[in-house]
This record gives sequence, structure tokens and C-alpha cells, in this order.
Amino acid sequence: MSWYRRWRNVFRPEALDDELERELQYHLAETVDRLTEGGMTEREALREARRRLGNYTLQKERTRAMDIAGWLDETRADLLYGLRQLRRNPGFATVAILSLALGIGANTAIFQLIDAIRLKALPVREPGQLVTIDFREGAARSGWWPTRDAVMTHPEWEEILRRQQSFSGLLAWSIARFNLTAGGEPRFAEGLYVSGGFFQELGVDAMLGRTFTAADDRAACTPSAVVSYAFWQREFGGDPGVLARTVSLDGHAIPVVGVTPPAFFGVEVGSRYDVAIPLCADRMMSEDGRGRAPQPATWWLSAMGRLKPGWTLQSADAHLRAISPAVMRATLPPTYQPELAKRYLANQLTAVAAGTGTSPLRAQYESPLLLLMAATGMVLLIACANLANLLLARSTVRAPEIAIRLAIGASRWRLIRQLLAESLLLAVTGAVLGAGLALGLSRALIAFLSTARNPVFVDISMDGRVLAFTAALSLLTCVLFGLLPAWRGTRLAPASAMRGGARGSTAGREQSALRRALLAGQVALSLVLLVGALLFVRSLHNLMTVDTGFQTEGLLSVSVDYTRGHYPVERREAVIRELRSRLAAVPGVQSAAQTSTVPLSGRGGWDNLVGIQGATPASGGRPAFLAEVSPGYFGTMRTRLIAGRDFDEHDNRTAPKVAIVNQAFAKQLYGAAQPIGRTFHLAADAGQAEPVFEIVGLVGNAKYASVKEEVQPVAFFPLGQRGEPGNRAWFVLRVSGPVGRCVGAVKETVLSLDPSMGVEWKPLSTELEESLLREKLLAVLSGAFGFLAALLATLGLYGVIAYMVARRRNEIGVRIALGADRMNVIRLVLREAFLLLGIGLPIGLVLSLWASRAAASMLYHLPAQDFVSLGAASGLLGVIAFIASYVPARKAAGLDPVDTLRGE
Amino acid sequence: MPKSRNDKLQGTLTLLVLRTLASRGALHGYGLCEHIHTVSDELLQVEEGSLYPALHRMEQDGWIAAEWRVTNKGRSAKFYSITVRGQQQLAEEEATWDRLTRGVTRVLRYS
Repeated sequence: MSWYRRWRNVFRPEALDDELERELQYHLAETVDRLTEGGMTEREALREARRRLGNYTLQKERTRAMDIAGWLDETRADLLYGLRQLRRNPGFATVAILSLALGIGANTAIFQLIDAIRLKALPVREPGQLVTIDFREGAARSGWWPTRDAVMTHPEWEEILRRQQSFSGLLAWSIARFNLTAGGEPRFAEGLYVSGGFFQELGVDAMLGRTFTAADDRAACTPSAVVSYAFWQREFGGDPGVLARTVSLDGHAIPVVGVTPPAFFGVEVGSRYDVAIPLCADRMMSEDGRGRAPQPATWWLSAMGRLKPGWTLQSADAHLRAISPAVMRATLPPTYQPELAKRYLANQLTAVAAGTGTSPLRAQYESPLLLLMAATGMVLLIACANLANLLLARSTVRAPEIAIRLAIGASRWRLIRQLLAESLLLAVTGAVLGAGLALGLSRALIAFLSTARNPVFVDISMDGRVLAFTAALSLLTCVLFGLLPAWRGTRLAPASAMRGGARGSTAGREQSALRRALLAGQVALSLVLLVGALLFVRSLHNLMTVDTGFQTEGLLSVSVDYTRGHYPVERREAVIRELRSRLAAVPGVQSAAQTSTVPLSGRGGWDNLVGIQGATPASGGRPAFLAEVSPGYFGTMRTRLIAGRDFDEHDNRTAPKVAIVNQAFAKQLYGAAQPIGRTFHLAADAGQAEPVFEIVGLVGNAKYASVKEEVQPVAFFPLGQRGEPGNRAWFVLRVSGPVGRCVGAVKETVLSLDPSMGVEWKPLSTELEESLLREKLLAVLSGAFGFLAALLATLGLYGVIAYMVARRRNEIGVRIALGADRMNVIRLVLREAFLLLGIGLPIGLVLSLWASRAAASMLYHLPAQDFVSLGAASGLLGVIAFIASYVPARKAAGLDPVDTLRGE
Repeated sequence: MPKSRNDKLQGTLTLLVLRTLASRGALHGYGLCEHIHTVSDELLQVEEGSLYPALHRMEQDGWIAAEWRVTNKGRSAKFYSITVRGQQQLAEEEATWDRLTRGVTRVLRYS
């Protein structure tokens, strides 16, 4: 245990010293005793005893060295010394620690998000064995897609279950939202339909009650619910008697049978499930009483498998590919036209590693996060360059001290270690603060990405990876900003440094060159960040101001769910018409229209192939987006009706089929020819006649699903000519004045018709903003980083220029005495600043051009080489350089030559 | 005959200290000096400057253990005694010393 004692002794220096002293004193005392017995006087004896022992202090030091871990002791001393140095310069320490904390904090926050959505394993048993079953890219699947990110149909799931041999078990799920309230403003639970083995295959045991078994997911379905820990806390107040209670989902009371542990959030990273019910319950929850399971072209399931022992991802992938033809043959939707059927049969299944879960969030935010990570890295680099600069300036001040220590025999390595200890203190303090900052920052980022409709849940607890990252970052920064100044600071010729050669010594000149180089680097990096910020801000601006083809402000979308009213199909039309006329009469509402597809929401859209009648069969025609709207829709949206007429109440099922198309549609099908009065037809399922429509109106182009899309060809059909109305209707209202003011009246109006109706609303401007979250995130964060970079660059420039002015005080004094006027002096100082700018800017421009190529895919209607951004960023840096150097320049110009020369 | 200084032969000090502690039991540094001086018929004089660093190193290595005791003169002193690991070390060092002296003797006797 010798190392233990040696380590311990480092931290009890006084006690150790005391022991040594007593031991040596005893030795002296005994020697004196014997010598005095031999006849010496006490004084002589003491002197002789000391002589025999040799150099007392050295003796003690050598003995002490045996008792102690030397390097640790030295490090401890270095750290204490560093701490004293920092305390003596609180200003420097504060600036250094704050800039490091900001840099490290921002880096850590972004890394935390990347870690959470990309690296963290699912909180289930052996996540490494889990594999997602997906279709190989380019798969031909067409039909109804009721949920986002679903992969397969129920028949496919059953076929795979039957034929596969590579998995010890399979699990399937489908995401859903369940309304918890009995009417009025709905409150939603994030739901999951799960296969019977879902929890067992994942290896998630119930914390309370039980999870599902195969018996829960049978044809004779008696649904029960498993709820998440968070939901149990939120909705049941953590009631331990929850197993005797029910949860109301879309009006069905379902008994709760189990609660999952807090760590389990589902299989999708970025969201959190509240309630899970068996797949078979879909039938009961569905409107038609049959559910989605029997439908051959409804894509609503996702599936995972757990690899059997001995199987790998590759072998499972090969196996899935091998069973694909049989699976496709058995599940071919009978409605597919021959060509589509042929392509469907060629579909191949594939296995994808699923240890980290599935995540649409990951797909959407992975590259922006990596980009932001690069940006935060650059901010940190700039901060390091700034610190290195400050330390270099300080090492000039400390040069005499260091020279003396070198002269009396300190080793250079020892001095470097000492200087690095100080840097390490700064870096570690910065990292600790930064880690705290990161927790807040990453939470804020997630809150930023969360919307009412898409709540983002990400587990961002500090894990080992994040801690390791932060620690590594702090060491790296310490080396980055500390090593160079320490190296330079100790490379001194002691004699010249002690002579007080702060003026004109070679070392000084070399140092200035180094500081300039650092600063030029800072300028270059700042330019990159500023260009990035401008690009993203301009891209967001483009998106916010793009012509959507309708007037977003003052539009309110209202969704009414009347499932609970149980209206017979033939009455629904009348109910909807009544709703529409009542909504239009709400005070403040100018007009109301119904639509199947609320623009920009990305929901409820569909497309199909269209063709000119007689020219090409529609099955080989062009794709177009479709929507069904009521009369007055275009007026409400303020979309321009260019030619023809709007729909009216006569466009019903008995009238000829009509359509209104947008300009892009007309151009695609008829070129420049006038489309009114012409006909087109729509592709139909195999064996059915293709419906033919006469175009009665032409409207201006408008965005369909997303503001980011290019203009799409769209055809609108009258709602009065559609098939059976569903159990939900969407309206758009044109509102005068603030949109928020009339939502209360809208809600009351709907509920006055039937209190069991569910109402949701959202201003279209909010919809627009939420669809631009990613762009906003990039713009806000890159803007913040650009600002930070500019600030740091200003500080750095100011520091260096002010230092240069201080060093050249005498020279400037002489110049003024010899007749230089203020302008001459100011020009002299500014020249220095613009020299640095002249070196840094071109480097930065090259870097920016290179870096913006990486961002090109995230920019909207902007070239990667956006000269406006490049020019503006350069100009901004020019202004910064001017301001940062003008202040010291004016001070220099105001120098009193007599004063400065007297200082000689 | 000049007194032989132990540092002429590296490592001898360890051997002497361990041997002395093995035969005499616990001793303080001063006592060790005295003992070696007396037993060697005043031929060997332990250099006091080397003794304490050596003792502390051996203590850290676990060959000897230390304990503060009060001497019969009423002073408190640090007493060292040999440990089990010290006994093993002593055996090794004795063997080494034996080989060394035999070898040196043979060379010296060769003529």
C-alpha cells in the first residue's frame, strides 16, 4: 500500500513535516548527549552533531521525498499556485471562465441532444438484439397511410410472423392519438396499438399489474390498457388502485391492467407513449367496426424482431430478403393495377439495427445538429484563441519572474507544467459551469422543438458519454489555449528578459506575430460563423415571406370531430352544412369554408395520377395532388380565381363531375392552352372505370402540404360530389381582427349544435411557424453563435490593438512630438487592425464557401455561394474591426508627448 | 585504516539495516548508527545523511515498520522493526552479498 501512503502524505504536509522534524531532532539530541558525555560543551556538541548530519534542510527534503508521491505533490503545489494567480487577476479569470463555460456549455448541450436522439440505447432488455423490419428503398407501396412513419400492412405483418425464422420473437405497433375528453376541446393521449408480445419481446416488465400477453391480442378482443409511468402520475395521480380503474379513449372505457416503469418511453426516440392497447382493439375504435387489420393497402404498422442467438443483422437481412417474394405474393392488394402489382411483388424487406430505437426526430434533426455542433466547436475555438492571446499578453508581464526562475535552475518543463496547471484550473472550472449550463440549454432546445401537437420527449440525463465528452473537451481546450503561451512564455533568454526588455526584444516581436496569427484565425472563423448565421436567417426569411398563394394572416383552421354524435351517414352532410353556416355567422368571422386538406398542415393530403382524356391512359399519367373543398373556399383563403367559376351548391352527386385546377396543373396537362371546359381523368383501382372531370375553374398556385415545397399541380373537387362523409370535418375561417379573439365563440358555436363534438383550432400562421421549426432552430442558434463569435472577435481585436498601442506608446509620443497629427496616429493604429482583417478575411471567405456547401441542403431558395451573406458578413467584421481599434487609436492620438517622453 | 564509508558499496546500507533490525529487534535511527558502528569494531560508520532517506524508503516499500515510542530517557523516538517482507528481502540481499564477496575475493586471490 505504499502508493496509498505516498498519496495520503501529499495531503497532510504539516503532519508529515512535523514527524520528520521530531525524528531528526531526536537523532541530534542523542548525538549531543553522547558528545557531552565525552567532555564537549553543549554548544560544541550541537555544532558537531549538526555537522555530522550534513545539510539539515536538504536531509529533511531528501527524507521527505521518500514519503511522498512527488509528481502529485508538485501538481498540488502547481494548482495551488495557479489558484493564487487567478485570484490575483479576477477580471481575467472571470472572462476566461465565462467564455469557456459558454463554449463548453453550448457544445455539451448539442452533444447531449445528439447523444439522446442518436446514441442512447433503448431502455429495454439487450437492445443490441433488436432489429427493425423495413422495406428496401424504392419499394412500391400505395394506399392509405393513416399514421406517420408506418411501414407495413396487417396482412404483411401476419405473413412475416408466419414465415420468418431469424427472430426469437416479433413485435408490432402503430402510433395513435386518443381523445381523453367527452366533447369540447379535446385532450389527447399519445397512444400505441401493440401486438400481444410487444412488452414481453422488448423485455419490459410491468411496475404495477401486468403487461400484455398473446391472449390480449386475439380475434375475440376484450381490450385492456397498459399505461406509462408518466401517464399514471399525470392522469391518475399515481393512484396505487389504478388497476381497478378505466381510461376513456375516444369515448371507450378501457380497464387499466398495468403500469410500465418510469424509464420506458416506448420505441420511438423523441416521443413518449401514454397508453398502449392491443392491436385487435383497432376494430372496436374504428368508425366502420372492421378496423384497419383486414385492409390490404393500409399502411399503419411498424415492426421489430429480436434476433435468435447465432443470428446477425446481416443474416437476418438476407433471410428477410429471401422470404420477401412469398410475403408480397400473399399480401398483394387486389386493387392494384397490373403495373403497380408487378412492382409491389418485387418489393424487398430488410433488417435495420434498432438498438437505439426508431426516430423521425433523428431523421429530421440529425444533420442540423451536426452542423450546429460544428458551429459550437468553432465558437469554442475562437474562445480558446482569445484566451491564448490573453495568456500570451500575461506571459509578457510575467517574463522577468519566469526568467529569474529559469536562471536559478528551474527546468523548463517544470515551468510549463506550472503554467498549464493554471490553464487546467480555468478549463475545468469552465467545464463544470458549462455542464450546468448545458442542462438548461438542452432542455430549452427541446422545449423549442415541442409543439402542442408534436410534444417532444427526449431523455437528456447526463450519462457517461456526455460526461466523458465534456471532460475531454475541457482537457482539449486547456491544451489549445494553454500550451502555446506556456511554451512561448518559457522560451526566454533569461538575461535579456531580466534586463526588462519588454521593449524591442526579439521574443516580444515573435510574440506579437503569434498573437496576430491567432487573431487572424479568429477573424476567419468568425466570418464563417457570421456567414452561416446570415445564410440561415435569410433562408428563414425567404420561407416566412414566400408567396403561399393564400393569405395566411387572419386564417383559422377548425377541426370538428363528431364521432360521438353517432350520426347516420345520410345525416352527416346536413350536420356539416349546418356547422358551416353557423361558423360563418360567428361575430368576427367573415367567411367559412370546408376542406378535406388544410394547407401547410401536412395532414389529410392525397395524390393520384391524372391524364388528359383520350390522350394517355391515366394509369400512365402524371401525379397531381388532390383536395375536396366546399363553395367559398378560394374566397376564404384569398386564392385568386383566374378564370371560370367557383363551386356552388348545384355541384352535387347528381350533377356532372367538375373540378377546379391550379395553374401548375393546367400547365402540366395542357401547356399554354386554356383549360376551362376541358376534361381529365383520374386513375382508379384495378377493374374500375376511371372517373372523368370537367374543369370549371382555374386558380392561382398555392402551397399544398408544406411551405418548403415547390409549386405542385393540384386539382380541387367539390365536397358535394364526394363519397361518404367521414366522422371529422375541417373548416377554414377568414377572421377580421386578431384570430385569437373569436376562438371562444367558435367553440361555443360548435358545442351549441352538439356538446359531444370535439373541437380543435389553430391559426394558419401558427401552423406555418411550426412547420418551420427546424429552420427557426438553425437561424436562432446560428445567429446566437454568430453573435458570440463577433463579440469574442471584438474583444480579441480590442485587446491586441490596445496592447500594441501600449507597447508603442513611446514611439507614438515621438511621432506626435515630431509633428504627426491626430489623423496620422489614428491611421497608424487602424492600419494594424485592417492588416489583421486583410489576412483573416480571405481565409474566412474560402472556409465559408467550403462550409456553406455542407449547409446547402438546409437552405431555402438560396445558393450555397450567397454573395449577399458573404459580403454582409465581411462588412460586419470590417465595422467590428474599426470600432475595436478606433477606441485605442483615439486614446493613442490623445497622448501627451511630454508625458510619454518623460517616461523614457 | 580509514573508516569505510558505506556508500562506497551501493545497497550495503539496506543490508546492514535489515540485518541489524532482524537480530536486535526494534531500533531508532540513532541506535542503528551506534549498533553498526560498535559491532563492526568501529570499522563502519553509517553516513547519517543517507540513513534517514533510506529508512523512509524501506518503510514505504514495506520492508520495515515504524512506531513512535518513548525511550528510557523519556524522549519519544521513531522505532523501526523488520517486517515479513523485510525478512524475505534480507535473505535475498544476504545471498547477493555472499556471491559478490566470494567473487571479489576470488579475483583478488588470483595471482
